[in-house]
Amino acid sequence: MELFWKVVTELMNPFVFFLILGGVTSGLFVGAMPGLTAAMALAVLLPFTFKLPPLLGLVALGAVYMGAIYGGSFAAILVNTPGTPSSIATAFEGYPMAKDGRAIEAISIATVSSAVGGLAGVFFLLVLSPPLARLSIQFGSAEYFWVAMLGLTLIASLSPGSTLKGFMGGSFGMVLASVGVAPIGGENRFTFGMPVLQGGVEMIVALIGFFVIPELFNMAAHGRAALVEVTMDSRKRGTFFSAIRTVFSMPVNLIRSCIIGEIVAIIPGAGGSIANLVAYNEAKRASKHPERFGKGTVEGLVASESSNNVTVAGSMVPLLTLGIPGAPPDAVILGVMLMHGLRPGMDLFTVSGDLTYAFIISMGLAALFMVPVGLLGGRLIYRVIVKTPHYLLVPSIALVTILGTYALRNSLSDVVIMLLLGTTGFVLRELEVESAPIVLGLILGGIAEMGFVQSILRGTSLDHPWMMLFQNRLSQIIIFMMVLSFASPYLSAGFRRFKRGPEELLKDEGDSP
Amino acid sequence: MKRAIILAISVMFVFSAGIAFAEYPEKPITYIIPFNPGGESDVTARFQEPILEEVLGVDVNVNHKPGGGGAVAWSEFQRTAKPDGYTVIGVNIPHIIGGPMLRKNSGYETDGFGLVMWFHFTPNALVVNANSPFKTLKDFIDYAKEHPKVITVGGSGSYSANHLEMLRLEREAGIKLTYIPHTGTGPLVPAILGGHLSALMTYSMPPVQLGDKVRVLAVASDERVEALPDAPTFKEQGYDIVGGAFRGVAAPKGTPKAVIDKLADAFTRANKKIAEKQLPLGFVMTYATGDDATALVEKMGKSYSDVINDILEEQKK
Repeated sequence: MELFWKVVTELMNPFVFFLILGGVTSGLFVGAMPGLTAAMALAVLLPFTFKLPPLLGLVALGAVYMGAIYGGSFAAILVNTPGTPSSIATAFEGYPMAKDGRAIEAISIATVSSAVGGLAGVFFLLVLSPPLARLSIQFGSAEYFWVAMLGLTLIASLSPGSTLKGFMGGSFGMVLASVGVAPIGGENRFTFGMPVLQGGVEMIVALIGFFVIPELFNMAAHGRAALVEVTMDSRKRGTFFSAIRTVFSMPVNLIRSCIIGEIVAIIPGAGGSIANLVAYNEAKRASKHPERFGKGTVEGLVASESSNNVTVAGSMVPLLTLGIPGAPPDAVILGVMLMHGLRPGMDLFTVSGDLTYAFIISMGLAALFMVPVGLLGGRLIYRVIVKTPHYLLVPSIALVTILGTYALRNSLSDVVIMLLLGTTGFVLRELEVESAPIVLGLILGGIAEMGFVQSILRGTSLDHPWMMLFQNRLSQIIIFMMVLSFASPYLSAGFRRFKRGPEELLKDEGDSP
Repeated sequence: MKRAIILAISVMFVFSAGIAFAEYPEKPITYIIPFNPGGESDVTARFQEPILEEVLGVDVNVNHKPGGGGAVAWSEFQRTAKPDGYTVIGVNIPHIIGGPMLRKNSGYETDGFGLVMWFHFTPNALVVNANSPFKTLKDFIDYAKEHPKVITVGGSGSYSANHLEMLRLEREAGIKLTYIPHTGTGPLVPAILGGHLSALMTYSMPPVQLGDKVRVLAVASDERVEALPDAPTFKEQGYDIVGGAFRGVAAPKGTPKAVIDKLADAFTRANKKIAEKQLPLGFVMTYATGDDATALVEKMGKSYSDVINDILEEQKK
């Protein structure tokens, strides 16, 4: 109880509120810019936080992180470009909504979902840290391999129309993932003698290339099909209260997405990029109308935006309890903690408990602050994009994109790679090979390879080294989920038949021409 | 009046330009970190930044150019950076030694830098889970002698400081282990806590952070590390194994000595100030500048050469 009051007094400081507000706002804009990532924003902020007391520094970083993950949804909704990898699935539903004149509605729903997700992550972190941390260390190399495989099964659902083309895209992504110095063995692969390729294809570079560039080509070729003025209907549904009503009208979806976000978050190395895709996929599978997905469904938007914001506080579970940074932004936060002499581990919750709890709660406040900031900021950005003439919009987005890509690693070669991949992406999109499976292959390819080779190496002493992949209970559970994920379309079709009974089925078939 | 002001301003300009020309530095310095934000190199650079700015009197901008275990940044640096002291880069041993020897087309050379200083060292440490049956280094080695290749040792990267140290331990102790490379120090923590590996060959920082959850069997430093007073060294236990990651900073090759000296002075002062923050985390401070800096590269290169030659032999087969 004493601790509680200490935490409250720490936070009842107007400067804290100012930092959260400023952090969320600036994070939002960074997240909305393709190429500028949460980790980069935190790294830029780092020197300033040294001059602040530890708590205030952490509060500012947490708020920027939260805002940036959420800000990615703006670019996703308004220009079909995930601002960060955490909002890939947001683009699938948000952009079609915006094209229908429902941009404000989409932004409002994304805002409320993100706030709910952010709060859920904080709740999990406050209440369930120790058991979650224990679960987190259960993931060994074999489990990583299977998680990546499970993720790759998403390709089937992310490529509407043709699963084969989806797999082609996914394979292309996995080939891209293998460029550079091999994580195991250390040889140069596919670098063609160019030292710059030793670093491989950065995920963000590919993301920008595959999503932004084809969209820019499209906008340039077909004029402003992109955004239309907000419709009257959407204006009504774009208010804060109706967005709340909409989001909470799907509690099962919301709870499921938050749990998925949390589980993915505690797996070190996964994070928002995978969480939003998995949650989206599950929302689609559970939906009564999966065929509406990809055409502007609120369910998918809610799943994506709530799950990715859960990962902000969610990935702090392994960070605060064990010192394992789950994602690049967490690495920066770990750095700040170490510099202030705070050593992650259970000490953080006992010895410096007041500071740790205040930091965690400040992330919850940041999630709440996102609502007013997001609703105002969203309208502002929307208006700017709609009012900007088309012939100015395309080059300005292109410019921001190039600057963002360059800033990522201060590398001109990344810009060239981005443009090359973008052109490839455009051609592939014309051939109806979607970008999402490619990016998924790129994200998961490296994880799968690492997990596979490490497991085989760990199995050296076994009679059959590959048995390592099947030995643990957790591996078996993930394999079971994978099989289920593959089989579910067939199972549910069979189940429906079974329920309808043979006569109806016959009648059904008789009806069809 | 107006004329007088203009005259005064131009005189000021001429003077300041003259002074600045003689006096390095006169404009912001870019400090490239060839790794991701948040890592040891980055955190250290952020510590140094304000002190360097104070000493040198200009802005110091820390930039990241990660990729290929430093290779991307180093190869570009050696190709393009001007030797004027306005671009400096973080360098690491054994990376800059092992990279060019082990990989064709790494794009950079070990002696292609104008070394400014090696400022700290994180020695390798052999670490096991606190519940491990290996209580001492002797237990570990005895078991490995009876069960070749059964003990799995995790470390960060292939042919990294961790990997080379494990190979050296195999050589010195006449044992065979199985090395499992990871993408960095971060993923090693769950691997050891979750019981997925028998041991880690990692840097001195993770065991400091993990405290009583792990046991350090040996540290690869000359003397015990301040933050790990109970952890014995390899030397104490009869193995001449000293190594780890040295971090330092370099200017382009051919940078004037006066400029290098000025940078070395600034970094040395920064190093003194950050020592109290770094020592408790498991770092060992070093102050190798000038010829000492070059000598350190040679010394470490020699100490790793047997191991690296073994690897090259192996690769030829």
